Amino acid sequence: MTDQVLKVQKIKNGIVIDHIPCGMALKVLKILGIEGDIGSTVTLAMHVKSKNGWKDVVKIEDRYLDERELDKIALIAPTATVNIVKDYKVVTKHRVKVPDVVKGIVKCMNPRCITNQNEPIEPEFKVVSKDKIIIKCRYCGREMDSEDIVENIL
Amino acid sequence: MFKGKDIVSIRDLREEEMEKIFEIARDMIPIAKGEKREEYLRGYVLANLFFEPSTRTRMSFEAAMDRLGGKVLGFSNPSATSISKGETLADTIRMFDAYSDVIVIRHPLEGAARLAADFAEHPVINAGDGAGQHPTQTLLDIFTIVQEFGHVDGLKITLMGDLRYGRTVHSLAIALSYLDADVHLLSPRTLKMPKHIIREMKREPEIHERLEDVIEDTDVFYVTRIQKERFPDPTEYMKVAGSYSITKEHVKKMKDRAIIMHPLPRVNEIDPEVDYTPHARYFKQAFYGVPIRMAILALVLGVIE
Repeated sequence: MTDQVLKVQKIKNGIVIDHIPCGMALKVLKILGIEGDIGSTVTLAMHVKSKNGWKDVVKIEDRYLDERELDKIALIAPTATVNIVKDYKVVTKHRVKVPDVVKGIVKCMNPRCITNQNEPIEPEFKVVSKDKIIIKCRYCGREMDSEDIVENIL
Repeated sequence: MFKGKDIVSIRDLREEEMEKIFEIARDMIPIAKGEKREEYLRGYVLANLFFEPSTRTRMSFEAAMDRLGGKVLGFSNPSATSISKGETLADTIRMFDAYSDVIVIRHPLEGAARLAADFAEHPVINAGDGAGQHPTQTLLDIFTIVQEFGHVDGLKITLMGDLRYGRTVHSLAIALSYLDADVHLLSPRTLKMPKHIIREMKREPEIHERLEDVIEDTDVFYVTRIQKERFPDPTEYMKVAGSYSITKEHVKKMKDRAIIMHPLPRVNEIDPEVDYTPHARYFKQAFYGVPIRMAILALVLGVIE
C-alpha cells in the first residue's frame, strides 16, 4: 500500500476494497447495501494516488463478502482488489473477476422486458464487454453499462 | 441440424442454416400455391399463441401447417384464456407444450419468446415479441431478395421510413450486414435507426435523409410505414410521410431491375399505381411468408432434414 492510502486508518478485521476506479466508491457502497449506519466502521477514500494514476478505496470493519457480492463489485469496478484483513494483516488478496454470465444480481432496465413480469425466471445477462462493462439481457437484448447496473442491482 | 431447434432471433441462425431454409422453401412454393399436394406434417399439431393481434403472420403459419396436412390450435385473443386470470406465461407455455409438437408465439413483451423456449420441450418459433425480434419475417424478406437476385452480397439495399420503431427493419439491417449487403438507411431525423442496432451491424451503414440521394442506384427499396401516432403535430406527419413515400414518378428514376419491398400493411407510403410496375414485390414477398414458414416447420419438426 502507498503512503497515501495510509492516510485512512488501518482496520483490525474486515475487508479493504482497493483499486476501485476513481469516482465509483460510493457506488460500491451502494451495491453492498451500505447506505446508513451498519454498526461498524466504514472508511472511504476517493481520488487517492496509486501507481497507475488515481483510485478509490473502501474499508469495512467486521464484514466479509460472498461470491454474489464479489460479482456485483466486479460489474461496476472491474479493476478492484478485495483484501481480507485479520488482526491488522492482509490474509488473502484477490482481484475481482468479471463473470461471462450475470445471473440473478441485476434486473433488466427495460420495463417492457418479460423478466420484469411476475414470471418464474431469474434475469440473466451476457457480459459483452469487460473493459468498459456492458451486459446484454438474454431475454430482450437490452444492453446496460455500469451506470445502469448500479441503478438496477437486486 | 434443425430438429428441435428454437427460432427466437435471427442471430440464432448461421448463414448455411438460412440457405438450408431457403432451399426447402423453394421446394415448398408449389405446395404453398396449392399446385401440388404433400402431407409432410400429417399428425402434427401447431400451437399458434397470439397474445397480440396479427393478420399476416398468424394466417401464414396456419396456411403453412394446413397445406402440409398438420393441425393448428391456439388463440388470437388472450382475453378469452386463463392468461386474463393472471396465469404466468411460463405456465401457459408448459400447457400448450403438452398439447402440441411446435409452438409459435407473438407477444407484446420483449424476450417473451426466449422465455417460452426456456420452458417448452418442443421447438418455439418467435412470431414477434414487442419491439424485439421477428425472425421469420427477416427470413422471408431475405428470401425475397435472394429469389430476385440470386444473392444478397454487394446489393445496395435502402431501408426507409420508420427505422426507429419499425420492428422488422432492426433484425433485417443486422442480418443484411452479415450477408455483406451494402446497407443504406433513409429516414426522418426523428425516426432514425437506434444506435444499438447500428453497433450490432457488421459494417457501418450509410445514412441519408433524402430519397433523391439513393433513388438512382439502389437495388432493393425496403419501405416501412411511418405511423401517425409518432407525430404530435399532424401537419408535421403529413410533411414527413410525403417525403418518404414512393410514387410512379420515383419509379421512373429507379434502376431497371430495382425492386420495392414492404412488410405490409401499407397505408400511403407506396402509391397504389406503383403496384402495377415491374418493380413492386411486396405482395410476392407476403406470399413467400407461407413457403418460408412451411420450410421452418418441416425442419424444426425433423420431417425434412
